[in-house]
Amino acid sequence: MGRDVLLIEDEPNIIEAIRFILARDGWHVQTHSDGKNAFEAVRDKQPDVVILDVMLPGRSGFEILRDIRGDDAISGMPVLMLTAKGQSKDREIAENLGVSRFMTKPFSNTDVLAAVRDLVAQ
Amino acid sequence: MSRGALTGTRIRERRMMIRMRQSELARAVGISASYLNLIEHNKRRIGGKLLVDIAKTLSVDASALTEGAEVALLDGLRQVVAAQTDAPQEALQVEGFADRFPAWAQILVERQERVQELERLVEMLSDRLTHDPFLSSALHEVLSTVTAIRSTADILADTTDLDRDWQMRFHRNLRDDSHRLAEGAQALVTYLDDGAEGAQEKTLPQDEVDAFLRRHDYHLADLEGQAGTPEALIEGAAELESPHARELALRALGQYQADAAHLPRADLIAAVTENGLDPGVISARFGVDIMTVFRRIASLGEEDIGLTPGLVMCDGSGTLTVRKPVAGFELPRYGAACPLWPLYAALTHPMTPIAAVVEQSGRPPQRFQTYAICRPRLGGAFSDPPIFEAAMLILPATSDSAEPVLPIGMSCRICSQDNCAARREPSILADVSGVGGNAL
Repeated sequence: MGRDVLLIEDEPNIIEAIRFILARDGWHVQTHSDGKNAFEAVRDKQPDVVILDVMLPGRSGFEILRDIRGDDAISGMPVLMLTAKGQSKDREIAENLGVSRFMTKPFSNTDVLAAVRDLVAQ
Repeated sequence: MSRGALTGTRIRERRMMIRMRQSELARAVGISASYLNLIEHNKRRIGGKLLVDIAKTLSVDASALTEGAEVALLDGLRQVVAAQTDAPQEALQVEGFADRFPAWAQILVERQERVQELERLVEMLSDRLTHDPFLSSALHEVLSTVTAIRSTADILADTTDLDRDWQMRFHRNLRDDSHRLAEGAQALVTYLDDGAEGAQEKTLPQDEVDAFLRRHDYHLADLEGQAGTPEALIEGAAELESPHARELALRALGQYQADAAHLPRADLIAAVTENGLDPGVISARFGVDIMTVFRRIASLGEEDIGLTPGLVMCDGSGTLTVRKPVAGFELPRYGAACPLWPLYAALTHPMTPIAAVVEQSGRPPQRFQTYAICRPRLGGAFSDPPIFEAAMLILPATSDSAEPVLPIGMSCRICSQDNCAARREPSILADVSGVGGNAL
């Protein structure tokens, strides 16, 4: 089972916290902090799980997710989406685009860790 | 003065009779013109010293403005009954009720007015929560910061063997995030604390321009001739804080000055007095473009033509680009307006003039005569993509008009119109049915 996670998030202190809790659990965490080139980063790094924020500078998480699902080489990659927008509309958009798991901020560390473990185990 | 009229209406009638401007009276009694406007439209109660001061300035006895208060009370009670669906027969006997329980009747009328005020506040806040870009961004910022704090705090609390470097780093993050959260929350509270007054708050360049024009009552005397310049007029204007707003204002003011040159104010007022307010007639008489006529009529006020016209304009996407409000006809501050507005009918039928009497739902019945038209705006080469703009002039109309009336709303989210085929989304105001839109 792979242990590589790519975290695409622009909030430095959230990056630091998530990286810490995942690293302590044995995950190798790489990060990318803006929407631009995020899709290319996913394709290049080929992680086992992507953690993707919705509101990113340059490009939204929805657009990045759509590109991932449209690329045959990585279309099946598990994507955990994080958003401060908990509206059902956003959840619906994410689900229509094929998100694997959707989590609204503020989330707990335990939930993030559990979601990443589940996604890789599936 | 009409004996049956409410006090505010009487104040307005008396002021116009002695040809005093609203702003003059407001200044004389030490209140804002907008507040006086609310009083004159019976949206604010008046009494005590302010009533005495207004009566004195208008050279009438205060009793002349309030005499027949029982009539106003009965009018108020009838509005209470009208607002109640399926009111029992007994409730129609307002005279008997007011005679027997005048104090209770007064309380009931005041409660009804308060309900109407709160409904307007709900509409405004709902509109803001749904579409306000500042609020959306501020809430996102607060939630992101809370997330960072929660995750960091959990790590500090749950990790017993955390080494000193990581501890220091997370403590520093906590401190920074807590400061950021405090600032974000403070900004949010300040913004929301503005409450109903916040309806006038500015968040976009267009809002700043609107605030500037509102301060001038949409009449820019300096630009009626060639003596003034747009640049001089916006110099030091407190409302125009951003460069984008000043740019927009310069464009609007340049348009105003050009319009004034084509259709001088005195000539327009004389023509309206003589021939009425049909913009087509005025356009033909002066040989002036219809959009110019719309904008010029919208620059007139009650003192000029006995009523206050409103104007909305939109671009080809339907986005409102000009919003001159008129009492009783609500305009959305953010987001899309009611698709049934004649403005949008005009947008889909370029170059076709559309005249319609409309009535907004969920309000005490108030009708408006509207004139709408859409036309291409030529600003470049003939082969450039066609750019369309539409405009709708809104004039208060009498409620006894025999013409067919088109029921409309302000925007779907706060519209109580039932079974509307044009509905985009459910209303928060009432349990209404029928959401249109496409099923794709």
